[in-house]
Amino acid sequence: MAQLAPIDPDLWTDEAEPRLIGGKLPSGQTVFPIPLGEAAKSVERYPLPRNGTLWSWTRQDFLPKEPYEGPSTGPHDFEPYLIGYVELPGEVIVETRIVDAKLEDLKLNMPMEFCIVPFNASHETYAFRPEKK
Amino acid sequence: MSDVYIIGAGIHPFGRTEGRSGRDQGVFAVREALKDVGIEWDQVECAYGGSAAGGAADIMVNDLGLSGLPFINVMNGCATGGSALSSAQHAVASGAYDIALATGFDKHPRGAFNAQPAEYGLPEWYGQTGMMLTTQFFALKIQRYMQLHGISRETLGRVAEKSFRNGAKTDHAWRRSEIDLETIMNAPMINDPLTKFMFCSPSEGGVALILASEKKMKELGADGVKIASVAVRSRPPNSFEVFQAGVSVEEGGKPTELASKAAYEIAGLGPDDIDVAQLQDTESGAEIMHMAENGFCKDGEQEEWLANGWTNTDGKLPVNTDGGCIACGEPIGASGLRQVYENVQQLRGRGGERQVPNSPKTAYSHVYGAPGLSGVAILQR
Repeated sequence: MAQLAPIDPDLWTDEAEPRLIGGKLPSGQTVFPIPLGEAAKSVERYPLPRNGTLWSWTRQDFLPKEPYEGPSTGPHDFEPYLIGYVELPGEVIVETRIVDAKLEDLKLNMPMEFCIVPFNASHETYAFRPEKK
Repeated sequence: MSDVYIIGAGIHPFGRTEGRSGRDQGVFAVREALKDVGIEWDQVECAYGGSAAGGAADIMVNDLGLSGLPFINVMNGCATGGSALSSAQHAVASGAYDIALATGFDKHPRGAFNAQPAEYGLPEWYGQTGMMLTTQFFALKIQRYMQLHGISRETLGRVAEKSFRNGAKTDHAWRRSEIDLETIMNAPMINDPLTKFMFCSPSEGGVALILASEKKMKELGADGVKIASVAVRSRPPNSFEVFQAGVSVEEGGKPTELASKAAYEIAGLGPDDIDVAQLQDTESGAEIMHMAENGFCKDGEQEEWLANGWTNTDGKLPVNTDGGCIACGEPIGASGLRQVYENVQQLRGRGGERQVPNSPKTAYSHVYGAPGLSGVAILQR
């Protein structure tokens, strides 16, 4: 199998335990993602913690229109996927895909950890999964 | 600043009208509003209008007449209608004009809106990986709210049940059949906890309101409703809005709370003074959360309110008496003005089968939309 490329080259760090890349505003506030264009100039690149707690969640049960580039070729082979927000304590709450869980497993404030997962035939992306006990 | 009245209201039925453009539906609504007052187009002195996807409003003069009036296009997303109303109100309140038009219309393709990341200043991966859907935001917001404030799934269902019950009695509604609670609860899931029947859909429609000074209203002998206040607000720092890949850990304010507070202050009224309310119900959860954000109840009390039917047409605060967005669909440019249209009808006692009893005197409308803005209008008889 060919190596999957990151969905965005500067979304997480290239290290053994990769971290999502956020930013620090001059005010000290942590943001995610780093803003685009002119707004990025005053923002310092700031890798985020790998662990947090579940803030909210839902499941995507219908095939999104473009620009979605998920693995399905149409509604017939579309697999619903989980998404949610994970609060990284004291930093920022990030929106993310959730893997290695079923909808009914998800509970408010449960511990979550960062991971990189295959996304489609050419790309990998980031996700969070319930922390292994 | 002098008082401004809505003296005429017109609507093109919401839903799907094959072969008629969004703008033509707007023109239809303007003609209905003119007929309602009994004036001609060339008596309108200025106009504000717009749509999100139906094109520029000022071209309506090709159909309505080349009277030479100033016609300002408004393009303000979900607040297009509210901004048109606010602008028309200021034009009359300033004394510059005696009769103004506020109009909004739209026509959207079927299915959920597909937003493009670049248009919102967001990176492409956000859309590519399937996180840039408005429906997800509403599900994520109500999911957390339900956990924190003890709102049940059944309460979400009861909101939709009421919407369809009211829509069945409303000429301008799209969904005209009642749907029972069990069917709503067991319908296909869109984004957990929200099923297909708990969501509104993009649709089509047009609304027009004629505003006038008190002097002009009396001169015409028109049946007017006073605009007690209109307030449009964009988001404060650290708020949680649609299309946000990152949210602040500090809990911020909400655009709805800002617009609501401002509208109450300008009108010199509070939530207890309101007799009927139209609240943004993009889905069932939005109506529930907006009941609290607009000051009508505390977080969590909605469970009791819905169980007791307090937001029914004969309840202590009727909410979304025409079935709201859930029964009417959401043509973005027209949706906020539909709420005001419905309030005008209710205050004039023209609600027909869905009329709120005991002659309501004060009516409240609230719109919310991307990228985090809200508009509130309070009308008084």
